[in-house]
Amino acid sequence: MKIVVAIKQVPARDSLLKVNSAGSWIEDSDLSYEINEPDAYALEAGLQLKEKQGGEVVVVCAGPDRASQTIREALAKGADRAIHIESDETGVSDPLILARIIAKALESEKPDIVLTGLQSDDFGYGQTGVILAEVMGLPHATIIMNIEPEGAGIKVKRELEDGWFQNVEMPLPALLTIQSGATKLRYATLMGIKKAKAKEVKKLAAASLGESGAPSVRVLRIYIPEKTKKSQIFDGPPKEAAAQLVEKLRHEARVI
Amino acid sequence: MSGILAVLEQRDGNLHKMSLEALAAAQQLGTELGLPVFAAVLGAEPEGLSGYQFDKLHVLEHDLLKQYTPDGYVIALKELIGRHGPKYILFPHTYQVRDFAPKLATSLGRVLVSDVVSHRVENGALILVRQLFQGKINADVRFEGDAPYFASIQAGAFRAGSLQTGSAPVEKSTPELTASQIRTKPGELFRESARAVDLGAAEIIVSVGRGIREAENIPVVQKLAEALGAELAASRPICDNGWLPMERQVGSSGQTVAPKMYVAVGISGAIQHLVGMKSSKTIVAINKDPEAPIFEVADYGIVGDLFQVVPAIIEALK
Repeated sequence: MKIVVAIKQVPARDSLLKVNSAGSWIEDSDLSYEINEPDAYALEAGLQLKEKQGGEVVVVCAGPDRASQTIREALAKGADRAIHIESDETGVSDPLILARIIAKALESEKPDIVLTGLQSDDFGYGQTGVILAEVMGLPHATIIMNIEPEGAGIKVKRELEDGWFQNVEMPLPALLTIQSGATKLRYATLMGIKKAKAKEVKKLAAASLGESGAPSVRVLRIYIPEKTKKSQIFDGPPKEAAAQLVEKLRHEARVI
Repeated sequence: MSGILAVLEQRDGNLHKMSLEALAAAQQLGTELGLPVFAAVLGAEPEGLSGYQFDKLHVLEHDLLKQYTPDGYVIALKELIGRHGPKYILFPHTYQVRDFAPKLATSLGRVLVSDVVSHRVENGALILVRQLFQGKINADVRFEGDAPYFASIQAGAFRAGSLQTGSAPVEKSTPELTASQIRTKPGELFRESARAVDLGAAEIIVSVGRGIREAENIPVVQKLAEALGAELAASRPICDNGWLPMERQVGSSGQTVAPKMYVAVGISGAIQHLVGMKSSKTIVAINKDPEAPIFEVADYGIVGDLFQVVPAIIEALK
C-alpha cells in the first residue's frame, strides 16, 4: 500500500504572534517552527497503516527551505521518503492553487491513500485535504478517527458533532483527513534520526509544476482582533489577583 | 448571475441549529447588497422553516440524498447552482459542510471562504472576516474572479433571532443522480457510550486545558472545582490524552454547556471550545497568554501562571 501524507510546517503553537507593518503577514523572523499538529496525527495514522498493511509512506510538504527540518523529523519518525515542494511564499496562499501544485507533484506517485491533517494551525482553512481529493478525482472522508481495511477498500470512522460517529466504507484510492488526538504520537528514535539522513528527499520547485490558475480569494490584511467584550483583567501578583477575582465573583457577579 | 443561496442542513427532518444563522446571514447580505435570498435543503423538507422571509425554498429530493454523502450532495447542489446561478452561496460552518462544501467550490474552480465571523460592504464589494492562528489573528478577505462565491458562517456570527418573519414558497425538485456516482457507503450514526456525566445540569463548571501540562497536575484544578462545588470539565486535548474521560469534554465535539459560572483554566479558547461554552452566564479565564482568545469571551480574567493563581484562588475562597 502506498500511503502519501501531506504535512505542513507552521509557527510553534505557543508563539507570541505580531503582525508585520504592512499587515500582510506575521513577523516571522524570530519564530520557531514545527509540524502542523493535525498533520503529525495524519503522519502517525500513515505509519500505523503501513505497520499493519505493509507498503511505503511518502511525505509531501510545500514550504521554504526551513521546512526541510520538519521533513527530516517525519523521516526520522519512520516515513520512507519525501517530496519537498520548494516555495518561498510564506504569506497567504490560495488553498486551491496549493492543492493543484501538490496534485501535480503526486502525479507519478499513484498513491493508494492520501492523508492530511484536518486543518492547519496557521490559515485554518480546514479544506486543503478535501480540495486535493477533488483535484485528484479521489473520494474522501473527513475528521477520521480510525482506518480499517475492508475488502478491496477501507472502512473509516468519522467523527461528527455532539459525540456522534459514523462508519463509512469507501474504495481505494481515497483521501482522508485525520482527526487530532485519536492516537498517541510516536517520538523519533535515535536509530530513526540516523536513518533519516540517508532517506530520499525529492525537491521540486513549485514554479516548475506548471500554471495553477488565478487566486479566487485574496487576503487584504491581517490584524489582531479588537476586544469586543469588556473583560475585567487582573494581572497583579497571583495572591492579589485571586483576592480581586473572588471579591468580584461574590459581590458583583454574585455567582458564589 | 444574482441572488444569495443559503444551503441549510437537516437530519431526519430536523434543522441543524446553525442553519437559521446561515439564513439570517443570507437575509442580511440580501438587504445590504440588494439581492434576492433563496434557501436549499437536501433530502427532505425540514420542520421549522416556515414563518421566515425569503424568496424561495428549494427542496432537493432523491432516495440517494436521504443519507448524506459528499458525492451526492455535490452533484445535486452543482446542478441547482447551474440552473439558478446564485452569486453568493452561504453555508453554516458545520462538520458536514466542512466535508462537502470545499469539494463543491473546487468542482466549480472556486475557493470556499470558510468559518466567517463577520462581514462588511465597502463600495458595493463584500469583505469577509475570518480567523487565523486559532482566533489569535483576523483576516479581511475578498473574492476574486467570477461568481459564484462560497462562504461558510461560524456559529454565533449571525443571530437566528434577527430573522425577518414572513413566508417563502417551496419548490421541490429531483436531481439527476445514479447510485454509481456515489463512491462512499455511509453507515448509521452511533454514539460510543451513554453519558454518565451531565455537564448541562451543573451550575458551576471548572474546565481545564493544555496549560495544565501533565496528567499529574489535574488535582490542582480538581481542588478548585471542589472548593467551588463545581463539576470538572476539560477541553479536547485533555480528554484525547485520557487525563479526563471523554464525557467531560466541552466543545463542538463534546458537550455544549451554559452554566451560571464557567471557569476556564489554561484553556486558550480555540473556536471549537468556545462554541461549547460561550453562552455561560459568567466566564472566568485564567491563562498565561494575555492575547489568548479565551479572554475575548471572559467577564473576568487573571493573566498569570495557573500553578500559582489556582492555589491563590482556593485560599481566597476560604
